[in-house]
Amino acid sequence: MTAWLVRRVAAAFAVVFAVVTVIFFAIHVAPGTPFLPTGDRPLDPAVEVALRARFGLDEPLPTQYARYVVSLTHGDLGESFSQQRAVSAAMGDAIPNTLVLAVAALAIDFLLGITIGVVQAARARSRTDGVLTYATLFVYSLPTFWLGLVLLLVFGQWLHWLPVGGVTDPVLHDTLSIAGRVLDRLRHLALPALTLGLVAAAGTARFQRSAMRDVLSTDFVRTARAKGLGTAGVLVRHALRNALLPSITLFGLALPFLLTGSVVVETVFAWPGMGKLAADAIGSRDYPVVIATALVASLLVVAGNLVADLLYAAADPRVRPT
Amino acid sequence: MTAASWIAIAIAIVVAAVAQRVIRRTAAGDASGRFFDHPAAAVGLAVLTFVVVLAIFAPLIAPYRPSLQLDIVALQDSPPSWQHPLGTDLFSRDVWSRIVFGARMSLGVGALATLVAVSVGGAVGGGAGYFGGATDAVLMRLVDVGLAIPRIFIVLVALAVGHRLDVVPLALLLGLTGWFGTSRLIRAEVMAMRGGAFVEGARGLGASPWRIIVAHLLPNTAGTLIVSASLGVANMMLLEAGLSFLGVGVQPPVPSWGNMIAESRDQLATAPWVSLFPGLAITLVVMSLHTVADGLRDALSPRATPGTI
Repeated sequence: MTAWLVRRVAAAFAVVFAVVTVIFFAIHVAPGTPFLPTGDRPLDPAVEVALRARFGLDEPLPTQYARYVVSLTHGDLGESFSQQRAVSAAMGDAIPNTLVLAVAALAIDFLLGITIGVVQAARARSRTDGVLTYATLFVYSLPTFWLGLVLLLVFGQWLHWLPVGGVTDPVLHDTLSIAGRVLDRLRHLALPALTLGLVAAAGTARFQRSAMRDVLSTDFVRTARAKGLGTAGVLVRHALRNALLPSITLFGLALPFLLTGSVVVETVFAWPGMGKLAADAIGSRDYPVVIATALVASLLVVAGNLVADLLYAAADPRVRPT
Repeated sequence: MTAASWIAIAIAIVVAAVAQRVIRRTAAGDASGRFFDHPAAAVGLAVLTFVVVLAIFAPLIAPYRPSLQLDIVALQDSPPSWQHPLGTDLFSRDVWSRIVFGARMSLGVGALATLVAVSVGGAVGGGAGYFGGATDAVLMRLVDVGLAIPRIFIVLVALAVGHRLDVVPLALLLGLTGWFGTSRLIRAEVMAMRGGAFVEGARGLGASPWRIIVAHLLPNTAGTLIVSASLGVANMMLLEAGLSFLGVGVQPPVPSWGNMIAESRDQLATAPWVSLFPGLAITLVVMSLHTVADGLRDALSPRATPGTI
């Protein structure tokens, strides 16, 4: 088990290193230059030469690559062009917000998705199953940013139930009691988390329905029924426990989906996380920030897959390596 | 909305219905029977045909040119009416006309990107599966890396450095970053087949490895390729819409469904129809692609149990 774990972690590091390399070359192979004229006048060649020297872009590619990797190992992600501070400082502010959003969305994803999937499988081929099948397909097909805008319109603009953006109330938050502050944060979290969570839950439900149906048709479920267990007991204690295994893999897949979705959803809801940071950086051509967000997102995905593998091994003795 | 465009829509619907009939008649018996057993898949195919007809004949079907500003004073953000069934936007442009022309961008980018993705994925998967060993190890580690980077970020990195991309380079970029999943599926199928008698026969006749992969192995994975292509178009369309929403996809004034939503975002409260209809269009087409993919999966793989949807 230890040897397997070491191998698995080493492989994860190798992937991360490769990701760094891919991103480095993606920047340098892509056409165009980071130094564009801002107004109508063309960029003075002398200025461009000076800028290239300032950011070390005049050195040979292998030297640049080596320096890039070394500075990364020191946690140095460079300097943001648009924010006049270190990229790592900007990321430090953004990552917690994205993690809060991702955890809330994951909770909605799994609770709702698994419940719907189980209900569908338990009543397979009934009218409920049919309606839910089309409903989940519809939600799964929604562009996340558009769903976000619609929820914003309905709950924010028309009903005035929930705030339309940000993490906290910009005026009142500091005057509130502790409970009031928590509530304020939750109210701001509700719509973005729901947007991401609903679309993800639709995918999880589709997956869970088929996993559950496979388990429900096995012999041990028939045995459990035959010895007189109630429907709920069979469903939850026997079938669900086995049908949940594949969902662990889904956890690994959910992370890239949530991080991708966070780019547009955070933009819609003015949620100051990594996704919004990346989207804003694109607008201001602040490419050290774009690279840093890509890197951290990839790290999170690799870590998520590693955790999924470990959970799987913990949950299912059959796949546990010896 | 002119009488001519109503007639054009009617013709588009008829074409969609006729296309269904033709496919049903001509497609290989069993498989087409299984496909049309799914009412959802048949409806999805009809919707797709309809949208493809809209895209191809956009200039004939759309009542106005997509960027024509009709009357900035009288027709700014006017709600749906007989004249403008889906309303007009901030610049008094007809939303229906823009959706019809936007179909060209949304479907076009989705289709081209998917063509690239499926070709590269097929070639890489075929090569890895057939040669095995070191080739396989190297290619599949590359795929691991590709799958580890959330796609939108690598696209953003490429877009951050370059200028805003034209439509074709944008589609190529989406395609070149979207083949990883397909290559894994194809690799698994090719690996299972490479020891088969027909492969040995071809090798005995002196066929080169690439000829064996392209002419003998890949055609046998057609089912997987087709299903992954229809899901691919759906994903590419959603990604294009997201990028256009962020302002780095299809550039205005050329309409795509994604940039229409982006442009009308600030009028969401006062003129919701301008954002609602393009969003519904994306959802409808993506949903149709999913039902078609489900139908195809059942139709093309005899082992699959029917009735997923």
